[in-house]
Amino acid sequence: MSGDPVVRLAGVSVERQGRRVLEDISFSLDAGHFLGVVGPNGAGKTTLLRAMLGLVPIAAGRIEVFGRPPGGASPEVGYVPQRHAVAASFPATVRDVVMMGRLRRLGWLERPRAADRESVARSLARVGMQDRAERPIGRLSGGEQRRVMLAQALCASQRLLVLDEPTIGLDLPAEQAFYALLRSLKEELGLTVIAVSHDLVALAAEADELVCINRSMHVHGNPEDVVHSHALREAYSCEFNFLAGEIAHHERIGRER
Amino acid sequence: MIEFAFMQRALAAAVLVGVVCGALGFFVVLRRLAFIGVGISHSAIGGVAIGVVAGVSPLLTAAVFAIAVALGIAAVGRRSALSEDAVIGVFFSGSMALGVVLFSLQRGYQQDLFGYLFGDVLAISGRELATLAAATALVLIALAFAFRRLFFIAFDEEIAQAYGQPVGLLNTALLVLLALTIVIGVRLVGAILVEALLVIPAACAALWASGWRAQLVLATGLGAASGVLGLALAYWLNLAAGASIVLVSAGLFFASLALRRGGPA
Repeated sequence: MSGDPVVRLAGVSVERQGRRVLEDISFSLDAGHFLGVVGPNGAGKTTLLRAMLGLVPIAAGRIEVFGRPPGGASPEVGYVPQRHAVAASFPATVRDVVMMGRLRRLGWLERPRAADRESVARSLARVGMQDRAERPIGRLSGGEQRRVMLAQALCASQRLLVLDEPTIGLDLPAEQAFYALLRSLKEELGLTVIAVSHDLVALAAEADELVCINRSMHVHGNPEDVVHSHALREAYSCEFNFLAGEIAHHERIGRER
Repeated sequence: MIEFAFMQRALAAAVLVGVVCGALGFFVVLRRLAFIGVGISHSAIGGVAIGVVAGVSPLLTAAVFAIAVALGIAAVGRRSALSEDAVIGVFFSGSMALGVVLFSLQRGYQQDLFGYLFGDVLAISGRELATLAAATALVLIALAFAFRRLFFIAFDEEIAQAYGQPVGLLNTALLVLLALTIVIGVRLVGAILVEALLVIPAACAALWASGWRAQLVLATGLGAASGVLGLALAYWLNLAAGASIVLVSAGLFFASLALRRGGPA
């Protein structure tokens, strides 16, 4: 079992209102790898993530997450969806929000136990938010809220993280800080990560593999090959050139910080 | 005032209703369910009228009818292209019109209708008070049971669903609890004003506190306090009891607004 892929999709199609929004998607992801999912607007990237989480039904094909069909019963997946900032008035502290990630391990009549509180404290420390545990979540900056959501996902699972546009709305320094944090967590915990982003360059610099979709599969491979492929340009329906050394430049900035 | 048995019962009812409306009102304000609450509360008139015509407990039929309307609003809203407020408007106006028509077929039309529209807590019997207490306990126990999960859904419904929480079931349960709470409150302040007890104490609490624990305690306390102070005001000044309760609640809100213009610390 240890050599089996963490995620496996075979011929997956998804329909919405009678129309196919995803067609024949197939790929697998091994443990400890970081898969970036890219594609133009409306390509079905978020739908693909939601199908992997069991939030949308599939019309054809098969999805396996840790060898089982996807669904919320498995405490194996941590999820950070695309979202706007939390309302300033939402009456929860950072600690309250992170503790929500433990809820599926608790029975209806159970209160959080010492192990749950320790898990929250560890997750907050890992994302560098331990000093803000009692702050109202709505008063944090966008980058800080994103870290808290990552801590919540780590409380839910330290095996697989699924992230939808995790850096949307963040400026460049905050984006780089987020990816640096993700990189260190991946190395420390052996996380498997799947992330959707419209920022092709940033994701190509971070991911071990890229898959590009636009309703159907266009290309899957290592980032260097994918970004220079004709299939990528076909998916986006435009020509663009990456400046020579741009991804290396991105990495250099990351290390200096 | 409290030496009279009817006032003792009325005060007990006011405290019970204030507490349960404050507790559920926390979610009404948090999840912006105020207009659904208005729709359900006005529809209770239709349910009461069915009970009067059928010769069964009007509050029992109101509870069943209000739950049906709450679930109907949710179902039609999901399945149709109409906006939620349009769906609510259809249900509540239709239900209330049904109630008025049914009442018009009965003798004693204005007396009965007025009591259910604006509350008649001073006439509450010991048996009714016991029923109200039991219903309040049921709602509070259910809310306590599901609170953490309801709060998670209020924070992010998609994440809650991804982590295996029964979102559909819990949203339905919240609407059922809302309908039951509204019917509990009809006896105190009437169908027209019960929504105020769901919204105002919780909104007031949000001005004073930033955390859910403090907001819950404040909302239930302010709800109960509005009931007691409002009844006292009505007793001493010979005013309509239900409306006095709501006026006190509104007064507490505006005073809080003036004192806490910057919101909670």
